[in-house]
Amino acid sequence: MFPILLLTCSLTALALSCRRDPDRTRQALRVSRKALLGMLPGLAGMVMVIGLALALIPPGALADLFRFHGLAGFALVSGAGALLTMPAPIAFPLAGSLLKQGVSPAALAAFITTLTMVGTVTAPMEVKSFGKRFTAIRQGLSFGLAILVGGLMGVLLK
Amino acid sequence: MTTWFKRCGVALAILALDLGLLPFRRPLAAAALTRSAGFFWEVALVLPTITVLIGLFEVWVPRRLVEAHVGPGSGAHGVLLAMLLGTAAAGPLYAAFPVALSLRGKGARTANVVIFLGTWAAIKLPMVLLETSFLGFRFAMLRLALTVPGVLGVGFLTERLLAADQACLGVRPLR
Repeated sequence: MFPILLLTCSLTALALSCRRDPDRTRQALRVSRKALLGMLPGLAGMVMVIGLALALIPPGALADLFRFHGLAGFALVSGAGALLTMPAPIAFPLAGSLLKQGVSPAALAAFITTLTMVGTVTAPMEVKSFGKRFTAIRQGLSFGLAILVGGLMGVLLK
Repeated sequence: MTTWFKRCGVALAILALDLGLLPFRRPLAAAALTRSAGFFWEVALVLPTITVLIGLFEVWVPRRLVEAHVGPGSGAHGVLLAMLLGTAAAGPLYAAFPVALSLRGKGARTANVVIFLGTWAAIKLPMVLLETSFLGFRFAMLRLALTVPGVLGVGFLTERLLAADQACLGVRPLR
């Protein structure tokens, strides 16, 4: 649904812009094309890496990670969440089934937070846009935040 | 153009690997290819439209306006706006990078750029609904309540740490 909404928005905006000033609109589309071409190599790389990784990792392996208990298990799932990038429609059902299997909410919260905010696969794109230092600081702090959120939820949901 | 093809190297290498494996490890290679194709389709649905919006934003929105609303000195107003912008969109994080870059190029404050990225990644209404249905209301709300201040903290801390290292402040414009 989101892509359709987005498409409607941008087509409307494009039409409005074209009516106001066709020349400027052409200029805007040149900027768009450049941005798209600039992002494509990084994106294509990410898409191929994730496809291969998902095919290599057996379906049960991720659930196995959560079998480890205690601090080591906590660190392990946070790390897995940071490495992987997963669309939310896949991530939440997975987390839900893990919760039913008795995985601690703290580990799940850390896993979801690192999954969405930290991404090793998206890092090259971020580096290209904002530089290495920005990426390292943002992702490092986000990882810390995920651990903190997970820990606090472990305490509060008891 | 040649450098552009060189930058595609990783993608092309893995594609070649997948295709090369196809005769020998058919299930594995086929799975990798279909997963990549599915993922690529997902990207292809969102990205071109986002870039069209970025192009229009670059041409029509004056730098002054961005600076005034999310630039340095925009205060709580700027933070709130950055969060609103982040929640309003619902694409994956990689779609947020070019948008954030564009904002930064027009003079948005670093903290607000990071807050925008963090909100886009972690705090989105459709995702909160999804989380509630799979993990329960209490879990989702508690995680949300903890993540919101966390994202703000990450934003301001990132800005501080980056400012401490002046040499790496270089803003790269889109064009």
